[in-house]
Amino acid sequence: MPDDRDQILSRVRGALSQLPKRAAMPDYDGAVELARSRARPIDPVAEFAERLKAVNGEFVAGPAELAASLRGHGWTTGYCEPEVWPSLAPHFDGSFAVSTEFRRERLDDYQFGITRAVGAIAETGTIILSDGASGRRLASLAPWAHVSVIPRARLYLDIPQAIAALGSDPNSIWVTGPSKTADVEGILIEGVHGPGAEIALLLG
Amino acid sequence: MKTQPIDAFAEGMTAEMRAAVHEGSKIGHEKRTKLLFDHYANPNRLRQLAGEIKQHVVENLDTYLPALESRLVANGVRVHWASTAESACEAVHGILKARGARRLVKAKTMVSEEIELEKYLSDRGIESLETDLGEFIVQLDHDRPSHIIKPIMHKNRRQIADLFERHGLGPYDDEPAVITQRARQFLRHKYLEADACVTGANFMVAETGRMVIVTNEGNSRFCLAGTPCHIALVGIEKIVPADRDLGLFLNLLARSGTAQQLTVYNEFILGPRGAGQPDGPEEVHVVFVDNGRSDVLASECRDILRCIRCGACLNVCPVYRQASGHAYRGPYSGPVGAVLSPLMLGERFAEKADLPKASSLCGACNEVCPVDIPIPDLLLRLRDKAFALGIRSPGTPPMGAWAVLASHPVAWRAAMAGGAILNYLPTKLVPVRALRAWESSRDLPEWRGGAFRSWFKRHAKAPASGPNDHG
Repeated sequence: MPDDRDQILSRVRGALSQLPKRAAMPDYDGAVELARSRARPIDPVAEFAERLKAVNGEFVAGPAELAASLRGHGWTTGYCEPEVWPSLAPHFDGSFAVSTEFRRERLDDYQFGITRAVGAIAETGTIILSDGASGRRLASLAPWAHVSVIPRARLYLDIPQAIAALGSDPNSIWVTGPSKTADVEGILIEGVHGPGAEIALLLG
Repeated sequence: MKTQPIDAFAEGMTAEMRAAVHEGSKIGHEKRTKLLFDHYANPNRLRQLAGEIKQHVVENLDTYLPALESRLVANGVRVHWASTAESACEAVHGILKARGARRLVKAKTMVSEEIELEKYLSDRGIESLETDLGEFIVQLDHDRPSHIIKPIMHKNRRQIADLFERHGLGPYDDEPAVITQRARQFLRHKYLEADACVTGANFMVAETGRMVIVTNEGNSRFCLAGTPCHIALVGIEKIVPADRDLGLFLNLLARSGTAQQLTVYNEFILGPRGAGQPDGPEEVHVVFVDNGRSDVLASECRDILRCIRCGACLNVCPVYRQASGHAYRGPYSGPVGAVLSPLMLGERFAEKADLPKASSLCGACNEVCPVDIPIPDLLLRLRDKAFALGIRSPGTPPMGAWAVLASHPVAWRAAMAGGAILNYLPTKLVPVRALRAWESSRDLPEWRGGAFRSWFKRHAKAPASGPNDHG
């Protein structure tokens, strides 16, 4: 539709040509403007755990605690990304049935999905997934519980730091707690289309 | 005097609907205020900054649009342009036809409501399914969304439970968790069966070509994990200059819209899925939609194009709370809709020229706006525009007698002096029902007509002695 393109751009130019002067881009430092008022300097790991809890996510301290938590919820059938399974497998006993192959047609059979995250944001309790480093998109989305394994070195303090690290992966997504809605009478319900549980494990 | 259309609509609402809208909007507003002020000493500074950035973008769209286009193309995204609603629908249909696509899943997009995409496609044999919980319910009920981000604010759980029962989604159960689970179960395989998805976009970054989509439910992520083709409908004003500006906008959008520090899912898309990634679109299309936006840009109300569609002005507006979104007769309601909807009609402005009048100009919409749009000023400009065009919509109070008094000094002085009779007249006897109702719990102040004129005369003679001199 070259016609529509030309038409729109010429109308836009026409509309703007009447302006005696255009509004300038303000000069600002995002990191300074967005810095929150704080009583004390933060410990990133403690802050991440606390913020994740505040959005109804779950922070686990190590692989053994992760296995115990999943078992406690009764989630024993799931998928784990092959790249992280060797470091977790020793903590998962015979009561678990974990597959390292995700099959689209078996979407409803996985109670949990374990994938890598590319990083996390302490200030908001957010995990960061990307096409290149977090396995397949459905595995972190379709099962009721999603576990992300986060490299400790990639724990960003705040949003401006995480934005600066976005990079050139074709797709990144920030996930802050379980999928939720308040469409029905403003009442908060978790687990709408995505996970009803978001569990995070820092490693390394 | 006939009632304004918006008042007429409000009068016809059921008590149930009125309560739902009033409560929903009030809660939204109160939570927002608390969260913003908990984290920032001066949230107004952030709103003003974001407003300046968006105003800069709006006034430089002629350079930002081509710059963004070339980034998108370099990233492997196919770009389409649509000057009208119909050409936007044609563009989407063209993409689907070329792929032989029959089934479509949609994540929430206000532009698709605006261009009435669903009807256009269903007339051509393509089924589109809404996946946002609220929009899914609206679609099942052949209703329309009544709020930019909370589409079913006007419905309660009993109505939804009835609806689900009628459509075979399970026996009557009005527990919100059950309603949500039923929608989850119904929709999750639809994503995998669909041939393509349509979404909106919250922000488009000119510097990198990054598209940002924000949802809480995860439905847009499921669209982008389950389908092989992604079509994004993007209003031409959705641009921010650089990645670093996203920090400010994602923060303000979440806080203003749903009172969260960050929305659950913020998805950043540069192009088709990565090498080795089995899920997600192999084709990404962006359709830039004008549909009246360039008319808005040419008007004296171009500031409204800063809007990031958070819904905060709807929640805080006393008119919206009483009248609900449907009273605004289009996809954009509340204060932002009252400005945007008539302007987007271009030469058919008169059809919605009444909307800017449905406001008490209390200013709350400007105070909460995350991009600091001076909505009350824009409403006034549109009232002027309607007057200049000779548009007389119903509900304008008769001001003829007032005009005669105000433009004839002798008549004015006589009225000011004569008004003193009110001090001696028992007002209980005045046969005006509204006045008697008002007086039943209040006393009229003493009539002091003419006092200002004599004060002004005294002071006009003396030279001005300073701003704080009140005599």
